[in-house]
Amino acid sequence: MSLLKVNDLKIHYPIRGGFFRTVVDHVRAVDGVSFELQPGETYGLVGESGCGKTTTGRTIIGLNKATSGEILFNGTDLAQLSRGERRKYTKDIQMIFQDPYSSLNARKRVLDIVAEPIRNFERLSPEEERKRVQFVIERVGLNPEAIYKYPHEFSGGQRQRIGIARALMLNPKLIIADEPVSALDVSVQAQVLNFMQDIQKEFNLTYLFISHDLGIIRHMCDRMGIMYRGQFVEEGTSEEIYNDPQHIYTKRLIAAIPEMETANRKEKTLIRKQIADEYRQTKDQFFDKDGRSFGLKKISDTHSVAMQ
Amino acid sequence: MGNPVLNIRNLSTSFRIKENYYAAVDDVTLTVNENEVLAIVGESGCGKSALALSIMGLHQKERTKLDGEVNYKNQNLLRLSDGNLNKIRGNDIGMIFQDPLTALNPLVRIGKQIEESMKYHTKYSGSQRKKRTLELLEKVGIPNVQRVYKQYPHELSGGMRQRVVIAIALACDPKLLIADEPTTALDVTIQAQIMDLMKTLQEDTKAGIILITHDLGVVAEMADRVAVMYAGQIVEVADVDTILKNPLHPYTRSLLNSIPSNISNKSRLHVIDGVVPSIQNLKRTGCRFAPRIGWIDEEQHQENPLLEEVEPNHWVRCSCYHNFYFPEGKTGEKHYVLA
Repeated sequence: MSLLKVNDLKIHYPIRGGFFRTVVDHVRAVDGVSFELQPGETYGLVGESGCGKTTTGRTIIGLNKATSGEILFNGTDLAQLSRGERRKYTKDIQMIFQDPYSSLNARKRVLDIVAEPIRNFERLSPEEERKRVQFVIERVGLNPEAIYKYPHEFSGGQRQRIGIARALMLNPKLIIADEPVSALDVSVQAQVLNFMQDIQKEFNLTYLFISHDLGIIRHMCDRMGIMYRGQFVEEGTSEEIYNDPQHIYTKRLIAAIPEMETANRKEKTLIRKQIADEYRQTKDQFFDKDGRSFGLKKISDTHSVAMQ
Repeated sequence: MGNPVLNIRNLSTSFRIKENYYAAVDDVTLTVNENEVLAIVGESGCGKSALALSIMGLHQKERTKLDGEVNYKNQNLLRLSDGNLNKIRGNDIGMIFQDPLTALNPLVRIGKQIEESMKYHTKYSGSQRKKRTLELLEKVGIPNVQRVYKQYPHELSGGMRQRVVIAIALACDPKLLIADEPTTALDVTIQAQIMDLMKTLQEDTKAGIILITHDLGVVAEMADRVAVMYAGQIVEVADVDTILKNPLHPYTRSLLNSIPSNISNKSRLHVIDGVVPSIQNLKRTGCRFAPRIGWIDEEQHQENPLLEEVEPNHWVRCSCYHNFYFPEGKTGEKHYVLA
């Protein structure tokens, strides 16, 4: 059975206007998204800013409210549960945030930051708590003494690892990583990515990896979904998406990856031009007259594309 | 490659912290030629932006000390008065900033912002300026130029704003463009568009471009020559192919090994040990990268490493590259090819 199954998830925000501030329309931030995560896999959610990938992640963890649709976690629909009932499941789903500078409270010690999740669920003596925190802090490669320091005493990569330690504290099954390395330098990125792969094996974690960086997604993910304007336009394994993209938007994304082979520069520019032309010609096959994409259609067992 | 446009000789930029001055840019010597893109690569804090701002004289005067020479047309820009510098800034030398939203004035219409530098630097009449502005907007690929001319920055998307910033930089036909992380704030597809645009514009104008970036992908796609910076110093200079395929300095090799390549999927990335030293704690003698490659024998490093030309046009600092290896036993470098 899949660990997480998202079924036709919709998140709409009302636009109010006119007389009496009545609802005149909706912003369809996420508009009918469905995907499944198997235990132990890394699933990538790819798209440009504003496509709804972060909103999807935040809704799964309960930071946003779903307008309609199901979020089945081990068979239970989280979208239907009240706040109190949901509490049981919050332990199993944790999040790593994008910006390691704003996601840690600057006025708390690392000990208090990392222990906060467990204080919500268990009553531990200070001694036990410190031991648990130190265990996790060591797992993320920081000095056990670090728990008495404040966030500003750490570098960006170290802070991101403190954020990961906090997410690991409750032994979660699923971690939603929202652009976990985009605020970091390349060499530090490598450190955090390697580390995320290590703890995935060690703690048997499932990742929902949200990113706009196609190089990193390819490095980390087994399967991925490409989002565009709140909808999936293509879903498949890494190989299928990178070697055989079908949707015009996916093609555009792949063509936008910088060319590392300097000899092929001219060619790459041409390819981008071709794809821009192709986009103009074949637009009607992929988008309806309101600019929304069609439903996903399977073209193989694992690969589906939104086409007419 | 053409004639040199800008000649930087032994440039050092020091900032005052409390009573002492610390060099953020340390003894940089570089030449930018006509019709060439020189990329300056490094991680945050390595001094690449400080270098760019020094060329333009944009640092706070009270707490900055500049040494060396930045020669443009037989003038040392560092010794010019503000008045004389203003004749060159925005005219002969244009700058493209990282964040297109903060680089534009939110209260001034697009057209006026582009015309501003022409007002100072040319004798164009009002109608000539408008004509030129519309041409520029068209050149940077903005649709419906008549409308955009009258719009405010907030009415445009990020990519469009960056095009406007580029149009401003190009307004007076600069001989040299300094682009400080021009695509970092943009989405991937927009980044590709802006890179393609800059390439075509460069072919047209034959200007020299200094491209400052941390993204090796952008370097691979745009640069002709690359200077790699670490802790305020240039550690390696060579043409782009050499840097990507045959890098010598341990820092360059480590950087290239730490980005996810597209061939060896799921393999472990190389992690550079330790952290970038802060400007105050930086050891000013010896090889600055030595603390981060601790497994290399101390004898391999030079006492006072200087940039040396090891092959024609390939400059490397410090002798430690001779016997450098990766501890994980990685032998050959990865080969970077994208699908």
